[in-house]
Amino acid sequence: MLSRLFFKKSIMKKIKCLEMKSISKSFHGIPANQDINLSIESGEIVGLLGENGAGKTTLMNILYGLYQPDSGQININGNRIRINNPVESISHGIGMVHQHFMLIKNHSVIENIALGYKGTPFFFPKMKIREKVHLFSKKFDFRIDPDKKIWQLSAGEQQRVEIIKALLNGAALLILDEPTSVLTPREIKELISILRGMKAKGHMIIFISHKLDEIMEICDRVIVLQKGKIAGSADTKDTDKKSLARMMVGRDVVFNINKEKLAKGKKVLSVENINVNGDKGLPALNNISFELFENEILGVAGVSGNGQRELAEAITGIRPILSGKVKIKGRDITNKSPRCIYDNGVSHVPEERIRFGIAPGLFLYDNAILKQHHLKKFSSRYFLRYNRIKNHTKTIVNKFKVSTHSINTRVRNLSGGNIQKLILGREVSEQPQLLVASHPTYGLDVGATEFLRKHLLELRKQGSSVLLFSEDLEEIFELCDRIAVIFDGRFMAVLDSDDERLCDIGLMMAGSKKI
Amino acid sequence: MEDIIISTLQRAMVAGTPLLLATTGEIICERSGILNLGVEGVMAIGAVIAFIVTMITGHPWLGVVAAMAAGMAISVIHAFASITLKANQVVSGLALTMLGLGLSGLIGKPYVGKPLLIKMEDLNLPWLSDIPWLGKILFSQGPFFYLAIALALASWFFLEKTRLGIQVRSTGENPKATETQGINVTMVRYLSVIIGGGFSALAGAHLSISYSKSWIEGMTAGRGWIAIALTIFALWNPGRAIWAAFLFGGIFVVQYLLQPLGISPNFLAMLPYIATLFILLLISFKDPKKLNAPAMLGEPYNRGER
Repeated sequence: MLSRLFFKKSIMKKIKCLEMKSISKSFHGIPANQDINLSIESGEIVGLLGENGAGKTTLMNILYGLYQPDSGQININGNRIRINNPVESISHGIGMVHQHFMLIKNHSVIENIALGYKGTPFFFPKMKIREKVHLFSKKFDFRIDPDKKIWQLSAGEQQRVEIIKALLNGAALLILDEPTSVLTPREIKELISILRGMKAKGHMIIFISHKLDEIMEICDRVIVLQKGKIAGSADTKDTDKKSLARMMVGRDVVFNINKEKLAKGKKVLSVENINVNGDKGLPALNNISFELFENEILGVAGVSGNGQRELAEAITGIRPILSGKVKIKGRDITNKSPRCIYDNGVSHVPEERIRFGIAPGLFLYDNAILKQHHLKKFSSRYFLRYNRIKNHTKTIVNKFKVSTHSINTRVRNLSGGNIQKLILGREVSEQPQLLVASHPTYGLDVGATEFLRKHLLELRKQGSSVLLFSEDLEEIFELCDRIAVIFDGRFMAVLDSDDERLCDIGLMMAGSKKI
Repeated sequence: MEDIIISTLQRAMVAGTPLLLATTGEIICERSGILNLGVEGVMAIGAVIAFIVTMITGHPWLGVVAAMAAGMAISVIHAFASITLKANQVVSGLALTMLGLGLSGLIGKPYVGKPLLIKMEDLNLPWLSDIPWLGKILFSQGPFFYLAIALALASWFFLEKTRLGIQVRSTGENPKATETQGINVTMVRYLSVIIGGGFSALAGAHLSISYSKSWIEGMTAGRGWIAIALTIFALWNPGRAIWAAFLFGGIFVVQYLLQPLGISPNFLAMLPYIATLFILLLISFKDPKKLNAPAMLGEPYNRGER
């Protein structure tokens, strides 16, 4: 007992309160944080809530010394400090558990901890660290085998290694970035009890999340970020999920439809109870079913990482479907090859346009026929018909206003917006039955965004259907006839876009409400 | 017969010594994530510098120190290209080999064929060298032999049992995570490449001033490449490198045993290289995950990238 007390005193840095005052940070002129104030006191758990891209991680990276703020200051116990890099941040008593763990998979728990701990002896470092890990495991009830390799541990155990790493370096303030996104429900419970134990011992914790339920359960206070600004803050005991959701999404949903009404046509796509695994072999989609009709845009709204990518890939044939069926105009295309699916009228504007949408080192005209090169009009036997290809490319470039000085240039020289226009032009040039568009306007400027949105509506008018994945709710409401809300691989709701129940879209995206 | 076997094994130890030195150096370098294909060239530089300095000064250990300094200095080229400039490590390593071979030929031109009269005496360890068989094979060797084994063991201890060792290995596995722990990845990698270069040069020095006591262009004869293969064969563990290197030393000298049986000497001279191909083939059947190769071996580290 005595040794434990001594241990605690000797190691935990003393932070009574920490303040971030009017912090602003922008990247390439785009503001990520604007005039943000945050304060936290010893023994407090503060939640940082917001959608993707709201600026939560940027703010925490500033606190951890990975970025420098453009303006504003950080105070610890009332004294202004500068944090130039993570090492300085650690020495001030700040620890961070990143969303993607910073662990060396092939090394043991001990080796990972010894790497960053300042008190590691030069010779035989493992002996001393093993002792420390045992002490910590007891103190916070961690249960972890220090000699196991990281890859042998579950995500929850790996997270605990990260927490030990931070605590060993004397972290009084612990920043957890989306800590529950990789955990099972049981592990989440264990994490919560660990955090409560730390709070009781005087640690302060900043808990980043977009899940309302967790925030309400764990945190004393919530700060809601929206588009880089503070949208509001409240004590959790004085607020409810609904008002938090409203703050997070930014407004009561406004209906601002200036698209013409079109009657639904025939059924184009039907998805029946599909189950799909994610990259790690865990289920990513759980019995998803929906239909899509001619002259219709269906928007899938949700915080990224809830199964959107897997759904798009399953429909376009890139990811195997474990069970269930996907049909286009009644034809079964489940687990067919991507080309076969394309030939059946399904086009795809992929999520990461540079990696999956184009071949950056090839010329513009090559990229314009990436999926159509096998068609008769572009090739005869073994040879490509470059005349026709180049004419076709010119048509796309003109029609979609791709600004380039020549079609004989490599695609990597184009800006993101122009690349996206080219991809869209290519994908719609064969009049697809269905266009699967994943975040088509992500990262584009206003002009290009407007242009692409107009073209999606144009496509709808011509009788195609569009499945639109987007995190931008404004975009979803502006374009879509129906909206599906996805959370954790399930649809929380599929509603017409003028349905009043969509006022609670924030709650649905955060998994707290299902219709 | 007994004498032949003892003398063959004795020579196997001598032939394995440069392989062990070079392999140990390459292991340290690769554990930090940098693939150095320049071993052969650095070895040649080490051989020629050691020979010239020993010949001029008359002190073989001065030659050794000069060789190591030269090897470390020329390895900085590879370190700079692959760590600072983030160039392709294969290309940069190959360039280093060509540079080393060419440069050593140029510098060593006036010394080709001259015999080295200064001799490094064998060390007969007291008592141990009196053990029958083993004493002659293991305990009455030249100083390089003991040095090589001591350095290999020290390297193992360094990598596995010291804090800096953990930092070197972590750098090779996941430089980004290592850097977030406040470790200077660039410095660790430079250090590893330079130390590795010193080891390679030491191997070359052994060849010219102890093994053959003369200099001739191309005398490294592919031993640098064998060391790179042995690095894989030893699964990046200096302890395992000891027996792997002496096994290959045995293959180098077994030809003298087999020659009287009427096998073509030309074929026998190929044995070490055939054996190298063979072990690489063997190892490629193994599950790559169980090989334990440093995860980021050969990958330049860009700080800003995610």
